[in-house]
Amino acid sequence: MSVPLPTFHNRGDRAYRVTLTGLAALLPLLLVVVGAELAVRAWPSIHRFGFNFLWTGRWDPVTEVYGAGPLIFGTLVSSLLALLLAVPLALGVAIFLTEFAPKWLRRPVAFLVELLAAVPSVVYGVWGIFVLIPFLRGHVVPGLKAVLGWSPFFSGVFYGNSMLAGGIILAIMIVPYIAAVSREVLLAVPGSQREAALGLGATRWEAVWSAVLPYGRAGVIGAVMLGLGRALGETMAVTMVIGNRHDIGASLLQPGYTMAAALANEFSEATTGMYLAALFEVGLLLFVITVTVNALARLLVWRVARGGSAGSRAL
Amino acid sequence: MSARAIRRRILSAAMTGLVGVLCAAAVLPLVLIFADLLHKGATSIDWNFFVRTPVPIGQSGGGVAHAIVGSAIIVGTACLIGLPIGIGAGIYLAEYGTGRLGWTVRFVADVLNGTPSIVIGILAWTWFVRPVGHFSALAASVALAMLMVPMVARTTEEMVRLVPHSLREAALALGYPRWRTSLQVVVRTAVAGIVTGALVAVARIAGETAPLLFTALGNLNFSLSLGHPMQALPLQIFTYATGPFEEWHRLAWASALVLMALVLLLAMAARWATRQRYGTR
Repeated sequence: MSVPLPTFHNRGDRAYRVTLTGLAALLPLLLVVVGAELAVRAWPSIHRFGFNFLWTGRWDPVTEVYGAGPLIFGTLVSSLLALLLAVPLALGVAIFLTEFAPKWLRRPVAFLVELLAAVPSVVYGVWGIFVLIPFLRGHVVPGLKAVLGWSPFFSGVFYGNSMLAGGIILAIMIVPYIAAVSREVLLAVPGSQREAALGLGATRWEAVWSAVLPYGRAGVIGAVMLGLGRALGETMAVTMVIGNRHDIGASLLQPGYTMAAALANEFSEATTGMYLAALFEVGLLLFVITVTVNALARLLVWRVARGGSAGSRAL
Repeated sequence: MSARAIRRRILSAAMTGLVGVLCAAAVLPLVLIFADLLHKGATSIDWNFFVRTPVPIGQSGGGVAHAIVGSAIIVGTACLIGLPIGIGAGIYLAEYGTGRLGWTVRFVADVLNGTPSIVIGILAWTWFVRPVGHFSALAASVALAMLMVPMVARTTEEMVRLVPHSLREAALALGYPRWRTSLQVVVRTAVAGIVTGALVAVARIAGETAPLLFTALGNLNFSLSLGHPMQALPLQIFTYATGPFEEWHRLAWASALVLMALVLLLAMAARWATRQRYGTR
């Protein structure tokens, strides 16, 4: 609101304002309470394992020794793989829709991309199990092994459930988020930037590459980080295709595990206090990482496309 | 034209083509998923699918009526809890959110929007399942409500902001107190947009599975009680898809198709509601 309204001090106004303020204040409260609750419940594990929890790989409910190394490793690798695949596609969508696509094509294509964000995670999981993995096994992995089989990243036997499948599913899932926010950022780049470049004799691509993208750089990086945040916390689709094994390996063809998937699979099995505390610590780590990534992303996006609720429009 | 100019033009044309191809590649999975859902799901859907509950392995003719009803109850209860908070917070952001608290709430809402739903599920378990000692649909509803509040708050804010300032001024000039101006003029004008935001949020949470795992848990039988475990469509899909039986896989596809159709209907309704008032964006 640009113009401040006069405030009349009557009882109704005050009650209205206090009620709304109370409801709004619940949001920051929720964030703090969630963090605190997780930290308190995770404390036995934090206290007992210290920093070793972050890089040791033993996960043994029998002897009560827990290390989340493979979970953190798997979360990072699957998310980075997803970014590697998703960023070119999503930027392609954003650039095509804001700069090159004919007017009549923009709305329908933007709608289709947004629909990708509407597909529930578990539906991606079903598709991953019954369509993507057989397709990878039959058509992609043999080719990959023939060309890149010498590298440690594509060694070993491919059983289906793997880091590769997890990364691909994640990539498909985060494309709409990165595309929607990048598109908003590129739309916020003033037309004069393009006109200036074109006026100096730049081709259309040169105008995009040297004027539009640099102007929106911070916002596009923010969009990519929002996608990363989604990928880090994505649970169901990943747990259905990634293999769920506490292992660290270089090969993308081998099964892996992520923090979110471990919570989904093991939380209801956790019988002892320490097991539960270890899982709470995994949840705390996941929470802290995603909140940090999202906060940074949001600040970057706000710098370019001020005020808009970037991301809420994905769908 | 110099060779250099030609090269630049070729590069420009090539890159235009490349971003077009990338865009097509991004949309391709959606087409494939929808095609597979229709192809593999539609053949398994009959009347029994909607009105029966599961039958033992080996028999055919079971349905997911209990999961559809369960989803409706869980999501409906989540709306009762989440919508008032979300809409109230959104109105606050639009009407009073210029100060530091406004900035904080806006920022936190966006950050919470990206918080993994499984973490919220764990919290709901800690607060509502552990103390009473058994799983319940109500815990699931609270988890889903926590997920929808930040989404609804932000869309409500955006929609209330679209209301022209002159309307506010006119109402105040007529001697309306501020709260009545806000509720009866501003918010009423923005109602279509607020409904859209709510529908989008419902579409999103209706497909959530992770927060239900340790709250609603799932249930093989028909249950209407909020205090007990309840089946929901996404949970049912997860169980069926990861199970070992061919018949289950068939039902997983069919349930996935039904869930997708429900989510799409909500998304379409949301678009339709806004277009009525604000025209095309």
